[in-house]
Amino acid sequence: MIDTGVKPKTKTRLADRLFPRFTSIGGLIIIAILVNILIILLLEAWPAISHFGSSFFGTSIWNAVTDVYGALPAISGTLLTSLLALLIAVPVSIGAAIFLVEIAPSWIREPASFIIEILAAIPSVIIGLWGIFVLVPFVRAPIEGWLGSLFGFTPFFKGPQIGYGFLAAGIILAIMIIPIITAISRDIIKAVPAHQREAMLALGATRWETIRRAVLPYGRSGLVGGVILGLGRALGETMAVTMVIGNAFKISPSLFYPGSTIASWMASQFGEASGLSLSALIELGLILFVITLAVNIIARLLVWKLAGGEARA
Amino acid sequence: MEGYIRRKRFNQIMLGLSGTAAGLAILIVGLMLGYILVHGAAYINIDFLTHGATAPGTPGGGMRNEIIGTLILVGLGSIIAVPIGLFAGIYLSEFSGRRTAAGMRFAADILAGVPSIVVGVFTYAILVKPMHSYSALSASVALAIIMIPVMARTSEEAMRLVPITMREAALALGITRWRAVVSVVIPGALTGIVTGAMLGIARIAGETAPLLFTALGSTFGYNGLSKPIGALPLQIYRYATSPYKDWQQQAWAGAFLLILLVLIISVSVRLLTRRQKYGR
Repeated sequence: MIDTGVKPKTKTRLADRLFPRFTSIGGLIIIAILVNILIILLLEAWPAISHFGSSFFGTSIWNAVTDVYGALPAISGTLLTSLLALLIAVPVSIGAAIFLVEIAPSWIREPASFIIEILAAIPSVIIGLWGIFVLVPFVRAPIEGWLGSLFGFTPFFKGPQIGYGFLAAGIILAIMIIPIITAISRDIIKAVPAHQREAMLALGATRWETIRRAVLPYGRSGLVGGVILGLGRALGETMAVTMVIGNAFKISPSLFYPGSTIASWMASQFGEASGLSLSALIELGLILFVITLAVNIIARLLVWKLAGGEARA
Repeated sequence: MEGYIRRKRFNQIMLGLSGTAAGLAILIVGLMLGYILVHGAAYINIDFLTHGATAPGTPGGGMRNEIIGTLILVGLGSIIAVPIGLFAGIYLSEFSGRRTAAGMRFAADILAGVPSIVVGVFTYAILVKPMHSYSALSASVALAIIMIPVMARTSEEAMRLVPITMREAALALGITRWRAVVSVVIPGALTGIVTGAMLGIARIAGETAPLLFTALGSTFGYNGLSKPIGALPLQIYRYATSPYKDWQQQAWAGAFLLILLVLIISVSVRLLTRRQKYGR
């Protein structure tokens, strides 16, 4: 280096070097929280994990007297309600997204999207309140009565028509994930290039054929990602489900029966838990964490490839 | 020709169905919002806002203490989450190399997807258990953990929208990089950053599940940070699942307040971001 006689401003240089490190603390905290959730839950659940081992997953008992705990009804209830929610929410959401991007006149698009997005902002506990007083009575009389009289011969629609149960929980979860799947599908469909549509239309296809064969296939992985993201939300949803599912620890094929999900069981049992039962509840939380982690990672990778990549480019 | 007619009819049916789907989604929102607003507004009164909880059947009960509790929890949660989220946002948008940024962004997205009840259990384990008491502090931390990723991602997006030419202009004037960030990028992205904070507040104000494990609830109001505290969503949950008519009515009134907050925030965020779009 040639000595120019000008001293570098070491003070500002130091600040410039430190500032990025300083701000990186924010990002590091986020990573630290994620890692710590895994570690702490593992530690807290360890008494239950070492006590029950893999039988925890196969046991359908939650008995504080004999101190025997299992996760099977909660896990199966979680899968059942989430599946039900997807069955209802996916066609509605993708249909709505198609309408918002491809069909709706432009003056409808913005306000309609906004209204659907508001649904995502309504707190879970309020949706649960609405569920108890509006949805459950509606599920009890018209829906379960109708399903029971039509399909009552199958094991899926048998039993007491009380309103509280898997069916109500599935419907409420569907309502909660519709705005999520709709918003992502809308962005994905919007990101499909126009020439994709034009080529199809030029071949003489109708608008629906264009959507079905040129637009949706192009965005397939992104759409699947959006659906999985909705699934991730449904799996971990707590309050609204706890309020309408009936909180029974039982496996039953009928959608009319009360049951529980991992999250709802944790919320409803936590007050009475201590010692081994608390540890078992935390193991449930760990299972939920691992499942949603896997689901979210898959979904993010799928959505990023399309909408994220294009929006950023 | 017949095939053409059939295809055309099928086209109309499917387009109609997708319109129906959108209509159904909007109808659900309308029914839910309408019901909560109309039903809740009927039970809002002065007593509800100015009095504490009473035993079921005793008139004049309200959620004053829970309203204050929610304000404290959300305020404290934001004080913790806003700087951390903002720092993460600055780092992601301004400094980090591609790979670190991708990793942290991914972590933020994943943290945003962690069920809030899991965050509640985690906070219970790290704060409530060692302190041997449910506390306002632990509840604020739980809410902050939920808010941080929202804040980080929205402020990052906002700062990315600040044109690179503005940064270059600042640097060309001889300003240091950190100074350029503080005096040029952050002011330029302020609307977006405020939006992020507001979205985060709307999200945590209604969170209930983590509070079950941390705040516990208390009808006596604020008793210090290391003591249990009541909150609006917790009380709505307790009252909604109670068998008493007057408590259920108060749950509706509480829901009305909470949803009003969420609606006000959603609409103002909408207006803010719209102005930002056209202003540029």
